[in-house]
Amino acid sequence: MSSLTSALPPAQGTGARIARWGLYLILLLFAAYYLLPLLLMITTSFKSPEEIRTGSLLSLPRDFSLDAWSYAWNRACIGADCRGMAPYFLNSIVIVVPAVVISTIFGALNGYALTKWRFRGANIVFGMILFGSFLPSQVILLPMAQTLGALGLAGSAGGLILVHVVYGLAFTTLFFRNYYVSIPDDLVKAATIDGAGFFQIFTKIMLPLSLPILVVTIIWQFTQIWNDFLYGASFAAGGAQPVTVALNNLVNTTTGVKQYNVDMAAAMIAGLPTLVVYVLAGKYFIRGLTAGSVKG
Amino acid sequence: MTMQTPSLRPAAGEDAGAVPGSATPQKAGGLRAVAQRHLSKLVVAPSFAAILLFVYGFIAWTVYISFTNSKMLPSYDLVGAEAFSKLWRIERWYVAIENLLIFGGLFIGISLVIGILLAVLLDQRIRGEGALRTIYLYPMALSFIVTGTAWKWILNPGIGIQQFVRDLGFPAFTFDWIVQQDTAVYTLVIAAVWQSSGFVMALFLAALRGVDQEIIKAAYLDGASLPRIYWGIVLPSIRPVFMSAFVILAHLAVKSYDLVVALTGGGPGYASDLPATFMYEMTFRRNQIAIGSASALMMLATVVAIIVPYLYSELKGGKRV
Repeated sequence: MSSLTSALPPAQGTGARIARWGLYLILLLFAAYYLLPLLLMITTSFKSPEEIRTGSLLSLPRDFSLDAWSYAWNRACIGADCRGMAPYFLNSIVIVVPAVVISTIFGALNGYALTKWRFRGANIVFGMILFGSFLPSQVILLPMAQTLGALGLAGSAGGLILVHVVYGLAFTTLFFRNYYVSIPDDLVKAATIDGAGFFQIFTKIMLPLSLPILVVTIIWQFTQIWNDFLYGASFAAGGAQPVTVALNNLVNTTTGVKQYNVDMAAAMIAGLPTLVVYVLAGKYFIRGLTAGSVKG
Repeated sequence: MTMQTPSLRPAAGEDAGAVPGSATPQKAGGLRAVAQRHLSKLVVAPSFAAILLFVYGFIAWTVYISFTNSKMLPSYDLVGAEAFSKLWRIERWYVAIENLLIFGGLFIGISLVIGILLAVLLDQRIRGEGALRTIYLYPMALSFIVTGTAWKWILNPGIGIQQFVRDLGFPAFTFDWIVQQDTAVYTLVIAAVWQSSGFVMALFLAALRGVDQEIIKAAYLDGASLPRIYWGIVLPSIRPVFMSAFVILAHLAVKSYDLVVALTGGGPGYASDLPATFMYEMTFRRNQIAIGSASALMMLATVVAIIVPYLYSELKGGKRV
């Protein structure tokens, strides 16, 4: 899509030139504001403790060192457990992958059923599912903790997978529903006349058309679940904690000398997967963001 | 670059086939069509059942518990609205509510101003727009637990900005909001605006790109200046986006939790508590389950008051078009 002002003739003259420079200056200053925390994390993670003490906040690392990264990865102490971030990183993968896959499959089926095979009350069902995307988690923390306990899933990865699938359904259903609504019903009609059934139409007609929204949904769910802290902190015990909870424990442990380079390296480790996905597929992430709502 | 419109309203097309019952063939197939239609309900049923239980059932459970005298473990003896009246006598709850008002007001206001400003500036045929947009929005892709690590450092007077500026030769420079009772909540605003204003930018930029160019052209030929065109014509014409942005930011503010945990931990003392951290503290640390549940319901009521009218008008509007 083109810029709003592209219909207008470009402004001429010195005044316009100065305004143009000012415009770029403001935009670049804002870029610096947004980038500062990330740059700080990256540069600090490559510095030695000595350099952090003596050097300046914004200086680049003099002696580029990966020590903090390797220490954060497999030796840093999270509580009494000194195996570094690695096992928790693995926990997050074990939680995220099934949770994303399951919630996406259900979302796609729901979206398909709610748009192409509309039944009486479909809109109410959709509205009730959708409300879940705005639900403050605090309302369900306690009953969920009790339920997971009763199911024997307390403190386990399985419990967290269940939680993320259930509360992700609102988003995945919303994404697919709004996407499928724009696919012509005639396609489905024609296929039913040819004798195709519910699931056949889904796999043969809808799924092949669904790649863009599939990418949006998977990226959205991946980012949300990977970044989750509240559920992880409430429902996962000790060794089953996701990487965000481990990071928080590492950074907020007060014993011993503070190793800022290790903190920053650990933060980068926890943030890198979603950051890489964002850089590679930001367009799809933005579409998920603007598709309706955000989880806080 | 295509961006989805910032709306819950489905994109064009829904109403093309808005025959009641949509694609389901009414006559062809008979029995089979009936089976197919039930299949549709069967497919949605597990998700709907899960939502009924885990969202609405759990809300009901929390409501019930808030009317009991549960302390460390849930008790099922109803004692009336005791927990609510206790809640509203706790000073810490008032601190959390007051903080939410300060934090929410500033966070929403400043995010809107910065987001709109950036969207309008980026709309001026900027070279490198894609890269700038990516930079403005990346904080949304990272957990605040991650970026909070950096923010905590920046705001720490001993090693962050304050020390940096002092080292530059201004020994009297002071920026210690994070350790002061009265100002800690403002550091939450700084970090939250940093995280969400790029998102507001994306919402408004998408809307700006959808405004009819002919209107702009006509106004320009009439001699209106660019700022006046934006202020007088363009921004009023995308009014619905203000509503969406406000609703999303407001519900983010009510739910803010990670931010506080990563940045201040609610401190110093409980000076920067928000309702979400208050609820966690009461429920999981102080064994006051009933009061924790009551506070969670206050948060829910706030979100419902913001969301339900919005969802209603959006969904209704979608059908009306």
